[in-house]
Amino acid sequence: MAKAKSNTEDYLRMYTQMVRIRTFEDNANQLYLSAKMPGLTHMYSGEEAVAVGICEALTDADRITSTHRGHGHCVAKGAEFKAMFCELLGKAEGYCRGKGGSMHIADQSHGNLGANAIVGGSMGIATGSALRAKLQGSDDVTVCFFGDGATAQGLLYEVMNMAALWKLPVIYACENNGYSEYTKTEEIAAGSITARAEAFGIEAHQVDGQDVLEVNDLARKLVARARKGEGPFFIELMTYRYHGHHVGDINREYYRSKAEEKEWKDNRDPIIRFRAHLVREGIATEADLDALNAEIEKDAAEAVAYALDAAYPDAAEVDMHVYAA
Amino acid sequence: MREITLSQAVNEAIAEEMRRDPSVFLMGEDVAEAGTPFKVLSGLVEEFGTERVIDTPISEPGFMGMAVGAAMTGARPIVDLMFGDFIFLIMDQLCNQAAKTHYMSGGKLTVPLVLRTNMGATRRSAAQHSQSLQALVAHIPGLKVAMPSSSYEAKGLMKTAIRDNNPVVIFEDKLMYQDKAPVPEEEYLIPFGVANVKREGRDITLIGTSSMVQVAEKAAEILAAEGISAEVIDPRTIVPLDEKTLIESVKKTSRAIVIDEGHQSYGVTAEIASRLNEKAFYHLDAPVLRMGAMDVPVPFSPALEDLTVPTPEQVAANARRLCAGELIHAA
Repeated sequence: MAKAKSNTEDYLRMYTQMVRIRTFEDNANQLYLSAKMPGLTHMYSGEEAVAVGICEALTDADRITSTHRGHGHCVAKGAEFKAMFCELLGKAEGYCRGKGGSMHIADQSHGNLGANAIVGGSMGIATGSALRAKLQGSDDVTVCFFGDGATAQGLLYEVMNMAALWKLPVIYACENNGYSEYTKTEEIAAGSITARAEAFGIEAHQVDGQDVLEVNDLARKLVARARKGEGPFFIELMTYRYHGHHVGDINREYYRSKAEEKEWKDNRDPIIRFRAHLVREGIATEADLDALNAEIEKDAAEAVAYALDAAYPDAAEVDMHVYAA
Repeated sequence: MREITLSQAVNEAIAEEMRRDPSVFLMGEDVAEAGTPFKVLSGLVEEFGTERVIDTPISEPGFMGMAVGAAMTGARPIVDLMFGDFIFLIMDQLCNQAAKTHYMSGGKLTVPLVLRTNMGATRRSAAQHSQSLQALVAHIPGLKVAMPSSSYEAKGLMKTAIRDNNPVVIFEDKLMYQDKAPVPEEEYLIPFGVANVKREGRDITLIGTSSMVQVAEKAAEILAAEGISAEVIDPRTIVPLDEKTLIESVKKTSRAIVIDEGHQSYGVTAEIASRLNEKAFYHLDAPVLRMGAMDVPVPFSPALEDLTVPTPEQVAANARRLCAGELIHAA
């Protein structure tokens, strides 16, 4: 584990947030498997240290843009379970009144500008948010989350060029989970991903995305520098998605072996690793952490039950919000 | 009243709004010192500086996407898209992002941005710099679409667009930039969704958008000399559309031709004609006629290009036939 100067409270919050994401996803997966959730969803499980390590370096005034695999970003940026599960189930009390669903969940109150179902679709939005910050003399920073698959979109290179030209406070966070949907990243990405950012003169880093302290340490430094006008920055976070491309992608041995999945889960899991660190350093006991986990599981179960019983939007809402007043 | 060009009208509208609201800024290719290839924005960078009049690289999806993000977080960008044909390059950012964000967020996020671009053939610019693509944009819920027909509309609609809390696309006819029209010195705005009856008439309604308003007015003059009284209406915005004014007119005249410079098939003319058929059917004495650009890529050769766009003579000829009852049986 990387050494980061931080206090007990920060560490426990990071642990809590990672467990909250995993617990949220386990419940969302169950909702899908039991046919209680409309549509599909994409699990963030396995990548928790990325969202949490970065979002713990941000304030509510800082913005993020998220992806189709976005529940982790949403939780890490401060969202509540109830409104999230309601959104996943298309209920009126969801963050987007059930109109967005899993792939478009947004939480304006915590600076989450929304998940995006177009791969790479939010790169312009994140960079534009940073342009607005610069134009208005605001010191907020925007983090653009995207996957390795999205590095194949031309939009990334257009906006990185402008971000670098205009020194915008944006951090491009590439979650490299090794797979572009159902295809190995090495089959779709030539050369080095960080070198692409460096070609624009953007300082780029590659970190172990399964080590929340290493991610958080780097994120804090880069966020502070971006606030001072030293951005943009690029981070490639080496991580792994435990599930398939989406919850329905179950038989996936044709592109990924079970042995490989087992290796990541058993030996590199971000929560297991951080938990061991907390115990080893005397920050928490196994019993403390078990109690935390149980509390989170209880919260999630209550939120799921609440969302299942919650009302769908009234039919009158179907043509509401097409245009703003 | 003083007369100014359409180009000056757009420039004035933007300058006034930028003075009024510091969150308004401009971005696009060659908008600053160059003032765009059509010189519409000349002088703005001198007044507002390069911070608010931003020259971008030739990266249409990139700067369009950035405008969406800036708009979502509290700015009011005006995006300059050099040619309307480049809309194809920014479709994802315009239609999947800008148009849907307010709805997808359950009304929590808004995208107050203006995309100003152009349309119009007969400039000898060939197939990739001559298209009139308003129908593509008007098809997508969440976008508003304004089509100014003179300097007066260009100024009033632009000011309304900048103050609107939604993504608004304004199509200016690139052949009209130097056309002059009376524009008051004092401030005014033109509300969206309010059609303008340019000329009153009894026998037939000519509904035209943008430059086709001029075509309709010229046709009305030709027809007047023959004793046919044509009413000319400019919807000014096609989204929202002032259906009421159009329907009222057709109830009075019983005949209508809809003229727009977009391709005729699946176009703006079809949409308006269809609404008139649905909502004024019993008042019609003839089928509502569509007149759009020919369904061909815009050709370069002047001899061919001029054939693709509706002319006053063609409109008058069709009106004559409708008034004579000819097309009732032909349809």
